[in-house]
Amino acid sequence: MWKTVVRRFLVMIPQIIILSMIVFALAHFMPGDALTGKLDPNIDPAQLEALRDAAGWNDPLHEQYFRWVGNVFQGDFGRSYAQQVPVTTLIGSRAANSIRLGLVSTFFTYIIALPFGLFAGRYNNTWFDRVVMVYNYVSFAIPTFVLALIMVFIFGYRLGWFPTRGSVNVSLATGSAAYYWDMFYRLLLPGFVGGVLGTASTTQTLRNEVIDAKTQDYVRTARSKGVPEGKIYTKHIFRNAFLPIASSIGFIFSRLLNGSVFIERIFAFNGMGDLFITSIGGRDSAVIITLVLLYGVIAIFGSLVSDIVLSIADPRIRID
Amino acid sequence: MSFLELDDLKVHFPIRGGIFNTIQDYVYAVDGVDMVIEQGKTYGLVGESGSGKTTIGKGIIGLEHVTDGKVIFEGQDVTNKARNRAEEYRGYNKDIQMIFQDSTSALNPKKRILDIIAEPMRNYFDYTDKEEQAEVVRLLEIVGLNKDAIYRYPHEFSGGQRQRLGVARAVATNPKLIIADEPTSALDLSVQAQVLNFMKRIQKEYNLSYLFISHDLSVVKHMADDIAIMHRGRFVERGSKEKIFNNPQHIYTKRLLSAIPQIDPLNREQHKLERQAVEKEYEEQEIHYYDENGRVYDLQPFEKDHMVALNPNDKTPGSLADSTIEGGN
Amino acid sequence: MATNETLLEINNLEVGFRFSDDYHNAVDDVSLTLKENEILAIVGESGSGKSTLATAIIGLHDPNNTKIKGEILYKGLDLTNLNEKLYNRIRGNDIGMIFQDPLGSLNPVMTVGKQIEESLIYHTDLNEKERRARVIELLEQVGIPLPERTIIQYPHELSGGMRQRVVIAIALANKPPILIADEPTTALDVTIQAQILDLMKDIQEETDSGIILITHDLGVVAETADRVAVMYAGQIVEEAPVDILFTDPKHPYTRSLLNSIPHELEDEEDEELHVIQGTVPSLQHLPRTGDRFRDRIPWIADEAFDENPQLKEIAPGHKVRGNSWKHFYFEGEEE
Repeated sequence: MWKTVVRRFLVMIPQIIILSMIVFALAHFMPGDALTGKLDPNIDPAQLEALRDAAGWNDPLHEQYFRWVGNVFQGDFGRSYAQQVPVTTLIGSRAANSIRLGLVSTFFTYIIALPFGLFAGRYNNTWFDRVVMVYNYVSFAIPTFVLALIMVFIFGYRLGWFPTRGSVNVSLATGSAAYYWDMFYRLLLPGFVGGVLGTASTTQTLRNEVIDAKTQDYVRTARSKGVPEGKIYTKHIFRNAFLPIASSIGFIFSRLLNGSVFIERIFAFNGMGDLFITSIGGRDSAVIITLVLLYGVIAIFGSLVSDIVLSIADPRIRID
Repeated sequence: MSFLELDDLKVHFPIRGGIFNTIQDYVYAVDGVDMVIEQGKTYGLVGESGSGKTTIGKGIIGLEHVTDGKVIFEGQDVTNKARNRAEEYRGYNKDIQMIFQDSTSALNPKKRILDIIAEPMRNYFDYTDKEEQAEVVRLLEIVGLNKDAIYRYPHEFSGGQRQRLGVARAVATNPKLIIADEPTSALDLSVQAQVLNFMKRIQKEYNLSYLFISHDLSVVKHMADDIAIMHRGRFVERGSKEKIFNNPQHIYTKRLLSAIPQIDPLNREQHKLERQAVEKEYEEQEIHYYDENGRVYDLQPFEKDHMVALNPNDKTPGSLADSTIEGGN
Repeated sequence: MATNETLLEINNLEVGFRFSDDYHNAVDDVSLTLKENEILAIVGESGSGKSTLATAIIGLHDPNNTKIKGEILYKGLDLTNLNEKLYNRIRGNDIGMIFQDPLGSLNPVMTVGKQIEESLIYHTDLNEKERRARVIELLEQVGIPLPERTIIQYPHELSGGMRQRVVIAIALANKPPILIADEPTTALDVTIQAQILDLMKDIQEETDSGIILITHDLGVVAETADRVAVMYAGQIVEEAPVDILFTDPKHPYTRSLLNSIPHELEDEEDEELHVIQGTVPSLQHLPRTGDRFRDRIPWIADEAFDENPQLKEIAPGHKVRGNSWKHFYFEGEEE
């Protein structure tokens, strides 16, 4: 297995280099730069040009690129021009938020999708199956911001069960139990919204896999052994139906990690999705480049995680 | 009068692995096979699953890349030239057709029978619509299907009928050779009889040759003039049907033949004893019939119309096979 | 040692499948007995109802769209009336089943050992250690070398022949008196087929069990069966000891089938294999009355066929359906 892991890392290197070049070039050719928006008519254009020179933005593109690569190897991803902090600091706090939100969302996705999919598959064409179908259509079709707003309205304003803004109450002492509890508590509502939105495909896949597995020959063999119906499902059908789900776990998590702009905006949650949009608006190229690279790495890791999970779940697949 | 030759044909599949996913080894699916195909004859290619018999057929028709060796059609090297649009390979592409075990997947479900059968013709003949239709109807009649069939779709036919449609489609270009890969293995006995009869009839009408690939020895015995027995990607024995069935020399051939169920219930105990004796002989003698790497030896002439892959260092061919006590070398 | 107790008695069995609101019988008026120490072959082409019959014996039809009439008597117990819970005590314990495709019949994500052990879990009080010993014993019995290694392997790691041995071990786990083998060698190469058939015969002799062998392969029947029932369109058309069936077949269908076996062409190349005219009618189009084979031998005069052909014993142990066989001749032959 380690060979595959090493191979995947080696393959990653050229992928990331090419990705970084493309992103660097695209960021460069975007109209305007971080200073464009700050165009105070009282500032002398020559002075702005001097600022650009000082920042090195007028050097040839390849020089800028190699300078940037050199810095990256020293752990320096540049500074955000908009916020005047190192990109690593800026992304670091946001990434932690997004990872927490991603984990909670993934948890909600599976806690909803697994029973729905398994039972809809086992009792297909019953009323329960039809209810799940309707749920699937609705959760698939509903726009993120609509669901988020509805949840905020009902649970935040009407019932007042959950805070609706921010990732943590900054007035609490950092590191205290109350601080972490508050952090967790504030994750529930946005995490739930993100989780629900991810359920449709998992539920549907699982349901179809269960229905498919029911007709397989090995299920008939199990029945011919006199295995009771309940055990037929738990020991034979569900295990096989899980395989495609197991293989998608890495993708689902990486998708959630990328963050949802809508959820983060509505819940005033400082995450990566929000940061990405803001940075693009502000032509904050150092941040954009770093984020895109990070997403690329996450996606590659996600698919690696999927492969490893699948090879554990399915003995027919051995990655070596 | 031969028109197709296989010269030391090899089809190897790479096995990849390691950190850089490099080629670690090869599967020697077909590993050095010679064959000469004459007009109007049927060649049976027999072997167990994984022996490489289907790969030979696919190599000839270009569905597998030939690693080494040559496919020579009418004196011209056509190795890996299937689907090559050049005029010089037109004859090869037209004259060699293939039918498969599962005709259902070979017939496009969205097309009418008329279009399915006419498609190969359109590549090679300039028929008017009317001529084309008349030709399709004629082909359908040859395989025993009504002319109404032309406007129907594949799913409206039974398995046996679909297999006959596959035959009709293969015959449409007026080929010289049809490679038939297990053409009746999925069919019931009475339907199989129908398809085999049609194949024989068409053979006479067009002076066709068949390369008949099958694991079913009774079908091959019924159809073939010459038979090659395959094992581990190579021929262990090749010869006329009579020689192979009446005087098998290679231990593998003997074992295969003895395993065929006989429709002779009165003598089945005796048949079982014979089979177990051959099985025992196989276990004891196997090592003498393969080289140190487990590879089948090259074919040696044994008698007229009969080649056997025996150990070349053994100066008395056949002595191995005749000895049941000790190996002959 | 050899006794001839009746193990299974099937009386006038009908198995109907639902199409829209109507039931169509895939098995119609089948009566059979299976005795200890015998291999009863049920032969037929696709659509004959032979596999439906096997599935009915082991009670695996979906009750929502299947209707079963008649009796399947095992030790005086009519299996057709059994509820699921009781049937689960019979399945795997009193009746073992061997299926056609050894790869598909085994759970791909469960070790071979666990799959065999499962048979023991629900039918015995053996503890884990005893079960393991029994699994190893079974693997030895079906001729698997290195059983200790095999129990932790997955099905895909075994060859086709080895997988089929595992499937047989599963069926044998509780030494059931009845074994049903549905095309057990169809997916195997001939040399492996011969080994598996020998194995089944050995097991049958060792355990005195009765085996129902369902197959389309007449060669397999001739090599292994003691008695043969030939099915056509849901009915048994002929039943006889194996040597009688092959040397003195009576029913037009049996004779036609035997004639269509490929054989070596002697000298005259014009000889063609016998083809049975027409096709097997689909389930919805089965003739409900009269001789079901009549349409396929149209040259036989109408008077030859019965209104309602019955299976009748014409010699000890030899039964034929209807009277058409008395008037049957092949087309082109003299009457």
